[in-house]
Amino acid sequence: MKNNFIVREVANLFIPIIVLFGFYVQFHGDFGPGGGFQAGVIVAVGIILYALVHGLQKTRQLILEVYIRFLMAFGLLLFAATGLASLILGGEFLNYSVLGSDQLTGQHIGIILIELGVGITVAAVMVAIFFAFVGRDAK
Amino acid sequence: MLAATAVALLCVRGLFVASMLTGIYSLLSTALFVLLDAVDVAFTEAAVGAGITTVLFLAMLSKIPSRSERSQAFNFQPLPFLVVLLTGGILVYATQDMPEFGDPKAPANLHVAPKYIIESEKETGLPNMVTAVLASYRGYDTLGEVTVIFTAGVGVLLLLGRKRRRVLGESVEE
Amino acid sequence: MSWFSHYNYWIVIFLMMIGLYIVICRDNLARKVIGLNVFQTSVFVLFISIGAVRGATAPILAAGFTEYANPLPHVLILTAIVVGVATTSLALALIVRINEAYETIDEDQIQAMDSDGKPWNI
Repeated sequence: MKNNFIVREVANLFIPIIVLFGFYVQFHGDFGPGGGFQAGVIVAVGIILYALVHGLQKTRQLILEVYIRFLMAFGLLLFAATGLASLILGGEFLNYSVLGSDQLTGQHIGIILIELGVGITVAAVMVAIFFAFVGRDAK
Repeated sequence: MLAATAVALLCVRGLFVASMLTGIYSLLSTALFVLLDAVDVAFTEAAVGAGITTVLFLAMLSKIPSRSERSQAFNFQPLPFLVVLLTGGILVYATQDMPEFGDPKAPANLHVAPKYIIESEKETGLPNMVTAVLASYRGYDTLGEVTVIFTAGVGVLLLLGRKRRRVLGESVEE
Repeated sequence: MSWFSHYNYWIVIFLMMIGLYIVICRDNLARKVIGLNVFQTSVFVLFISIGAVRGATAPILAAGFTEYANPLPHVLILTAIVVGVATTSLALALIVRINEAYETIDEDQIQAMDSDGKPWNI
């Protein structure tokens, strides 16, 4: 597919839009449909499209696998750390009301943080799974 | 339509065709979710079912030589069909006790849902109730599910990681 | 209450039984995973149709609407879909490894090879 001009150009046109849309879904999820799960998948789809068009080798050079593995764990830990932070600040585990000056701000901060954690983990896991499948040498 | 695609899925011969039909099946179920007012779910199903799953199936197929599929057409097997028919019949019989479709007074819509609908804006300040319930009221659930996803990712990396442990493999062979 | 008002459950059961039949009948492991996917989607449809309310709108607060669909099943299924794709990918990874070890993904052949007592080609 690397040598097909139209496919390559259209993909180049769409990949930034896809990833941007992923971020929109991530941060607009509080108000419209969307959230961490969907955003993570959409960002991962953008990266996978890049890998399909430009080849796995080039994508691996751009996005090192070490970072992906790090991000997989980081998102989950961000989620858990948000819960722990609310625990330390005097609330129950994952009760965000204590994170801000009043209940609404606290809830909002907590929800944005954990949605971010969910999004990071989902995107990293999907990309890691795709790399693992495609990178495996067929016998 | 959904049912027709599922029947086609039952009958098709090639694995490649079957994976493509899985994508179509997901897309149709997305449309169904939109009709049933579940926009968040439809969004997820469109991205995941029609996108990622199909790509993963194709990636898996590229690793499996096509000769490994014994050409098998739809062969009718009576005993499993009987089992399936019996189970389906019992389930259909059981639906008589279920609430009507779209009934606002169904038990599932009376317990915690009104609280979520009325109070989620007051308590979390978010207009999207699905996000509010997902992130705030059921935060424990979501944490557990993210953990499951993480674990599955680690499992795939362990199974398909590039470094193969030759030493271990040989000790098993002995 | 008319007899026809339960048709959503019938469709779910129909899909579920097709999934079950694929899982039981097909020897090809990849096809079994597809069957499980069909089964899984039927469960999604079941939950969402339970949460649907006649005359309601999507559960995002907006002026002028007082009836909303039940958000709870949506949340459960939302996460279930993503977890489902993660577990599906794990199953596919297992299939790839099985194919490397046995050089087939046909259940009967694998069982025949297992009963031979020959060592695996891991």
